[in-house]
Amino acid sequence: MSEILVLVEQVDGEVKKVTLELLTLARSLGTPSAVWAGPGFGADAKAKLAEYGAEKIYVAGSADVVDHVVAPKAELLAQLVGSAAPAAVLVAATAEGKEVAGRLAVKTDSGVITDAVGVGEGFVADQSIFGGGVNVHSRVTKGTPIIAVRPNSTAPAPAPAAGAEEEVSVALSDAAKASKIVERVKQEKGARPELTEAAIVVSGGRGVGSAENFSIIEGLADVLGAAVGASRAATDAGWYPHQFQVGQTGKTVSPQLYIAAGISGAIQHRAGMQTAKTIVAINKDPEAPIFELADFGVVGDLHQIVPQLADEVSKRK
Amino acid sequence: MNIVVCVKQVPDTATERKLRSDDKTLDRDAADGVVNELDEYAVEEALKLKEAHGGEVTVLTMGPGKATETIRKALAMGADKAVHLSDDALHGSDALSTSYAMAQTLKKIGFDLVILGSESTDARTGVLAAMLAERLGAAQLTLANKVDVEGSSISIQRLTDYGYDKVEATLPAVVSVVEKINEPRYPSFKGIMAAKKKPVETLSVGDASIDAAQVGLGAAWSEVVDFAAAPPRAAGTIVKDEGDGGVKAAEFLASKKFI
Ligand SMILES: Cc1cc2nc3c(=O)[nH]c(=O)nc-3n(C[C@H](O)[C@H](O)[C@H](O)COP(=O)(O)OP(=O)(O)OC[C@H]3O[C@@H](n4cnc5c(N)ncnc54)[C@H](O)[C@@H]3O)c2cc1C
Ligand SMILES: Cc1cc2nc3c(=O)[nH]c(=O)nc-3n(C[C@H](O)[C@H](O)[C@H](O)COP(=O)(O)OP(=O)(O)OC[C@H]3O[C@@H](n4cnc5c(N)ncnc54)[C@H](O)[C@@H]3O)c2cc1C
Repeated sequence: MSEILVLVEQVDGEVKKVTLELLTLARSLGTPSAVWAGPGFGADAKAKLAEYGAEKIYVAGSADVVDHVVAPKAELLAQLVGSAAPAAVLVAATAEGKEVAGRLAVKTDSGVITDAVGVGEGFVADQSIFGGGVNVHSRVTKGTPIIAVRPNSTAPAPAPAAGAEEEVSVALSDAAKASKIVERVKQEKGARPELTEAAIVVSGGRGVGSAENFSIIEGLADVLGAAVGASRAATDAGWYPHQFQVGQTGKTVSPQLYIAAGISGAIQHRAGMQTAKTIVAINKDPEAPIFELADFGVVGDLHQIVPQLADEVSKRK
Repeated sequence: MNIVVCVKQVPDTATERKLRSDDKTLDRDAADGVVNELDEYAVEEALKLKEAHGGEVTVLTMGPGKATETIRKALAMGADKAVHLSDDALHGSDALSTSYAMAQTLKKIGFDLVILGSESTDARTGVLAAMLAERLGAAQLTLANKVDVEGSSISIQRLTDYGYDKVEATLPAVVSVVEKINEPRYPSFKGIMAAKKKPVETLSVGDASIDAAQVGLGAAWSEVVDFAAAPPRAAGTIVKDEGDGGVKAAEFLASKKFI
């Protein structure tokens, strides 16, 4: 079977769920090889990648690969496309993943598909466009298909494989080192699941009213084991950090369940959550556009409803 | 500083957006064309940098004839002049050919700094800035919520999953911006009047030394196989809170096995 490269997403040496999804998807298309970029590769990561079907793991452990913006990862993948001649390359459709895919496409003279929500036979990708209004099948027609796949598109399932490690050294060009990352500023993340990966997301908007009141949203998220999201109105007001913004210019999420509290449902917000499987809205305005999307909606004051819902969820657990 | 800001005309997100049934490309006639929202932030940032450091701001738009409306809006905000890359040969270009055509044009018109939005509202690929940096051999400074220029040094804050990275480079560079970076100005009446007299240079594929065989639908590196309207979401159940709204929501979650 033909080789499929999967670029690993990791935090502090721990493999992210989206990578396990991509490996699972890659198994249906060929033989997955994981590609690790940067330092921090260890026994746990190796075991995890092998458990989910990585036949090979290419490890480029040099810090240079992650200390410059995007370009080195594209150069690493381009080198592997040259040496391994894979049938396709899969990356996570995060903002950075898509940028890697873009540069790789130029380098390898290949087509790129972004924001796939599935990939089938012949590397035909499913895309959901125009805010979920149109479903498209698309495919790359030149070069090696490079496909950026959205998190939560596939349910990860283990299928152990060899996980044979192979060291890779990349000779980075000067152009790839043009943008140097001089500092990484980490803002509080907490113990909640990551926004784009979570099965359940509870988001708050302007209706939450203040930074303190976001504890109501967090309270519901915690009893559900959910991630917390926010509308732009809430992040702009400084009530919640920007990296939790859901929408056009924030994160795109496709959870099983999305709960929107005090969010009107502006088109830019919908662009980031419309593909959630089930949507629940809580809003005091019965005319709020978010109700057009909701599978279940409650018209009323979120300050009453959300804590009551959280209580009821803990009672039923 | 010679700043080029890339402005795309996109269909208004408030109207129904469609693909054409004949060649499966964006139906640009079905909806009103507007400036891609994030590109107004790109223009604003370009104007601010010009105000602080001097230089000139050029708008670059690739798109059909009607994209001139979009160009005028950017000029009305305060950009000095515009280049409109417009040619039927470009119709149906994918990200690879769009980035190629724009890179060729940028090489022709020259730049110290190129500023883009981080994503368009229609195609939303979010790849263009990275592709331009790759093609131009310029530093990639993307997803910026802050830009600082000093002489030939440039630094940004790049938004990440955990917060942000501080990134440094030397000009020339390609920057893409997120909406946190500034608040775009509204064109003043004076600005709107002045925009009518500002120079807009229209370039064909040949004018910009673009190989016609590398652009357009026929040259695309990817294709739409087929498409269909998504089935409408089934209407949901909406209840009014009578003091038991939270309980009712919990019942719904239980019925869907979330709890
Ligand atoms: C370039 C650009 C990019 C953007 N990107 C994004 C993005 O990524 N994400 C995003 O979210 N937005 C984005 N926006 C902004 C978007 O247009 C909206 O302004 C934003 O989503 C509004 O947030 P909101 O729904 O919280 O606030 P509002 O629209 O003000 O809605 C608040 C809602 O809360 C309800 N409410 C108030 N009090 C209560 C209460 N006590 N109980 C229950 N309900 C209550 C109100 O009825 C109202 O419906 C973008 C805009 C632009 C121009
Ligand atoms: C629904 C849809 C899905 C698509 N999917 C794909 C795909 O998966 N792969 C693919 O190769 N092509 C795809 N295309 C084609 C794609 O639209 C074009 O290649 C487009 O020119 C670049 O993509 P973008 O608008 O997504 O750029 P983005 O990278 O999202 O745009 C970022 C910025 O680039 C600048 N910019 C973009 N286009 C222009 C322009 N014409 N003039 C001036 N500035 C511009 C703007 O500053 C903008 O804010 C798709 C098109 C549609 C309509």
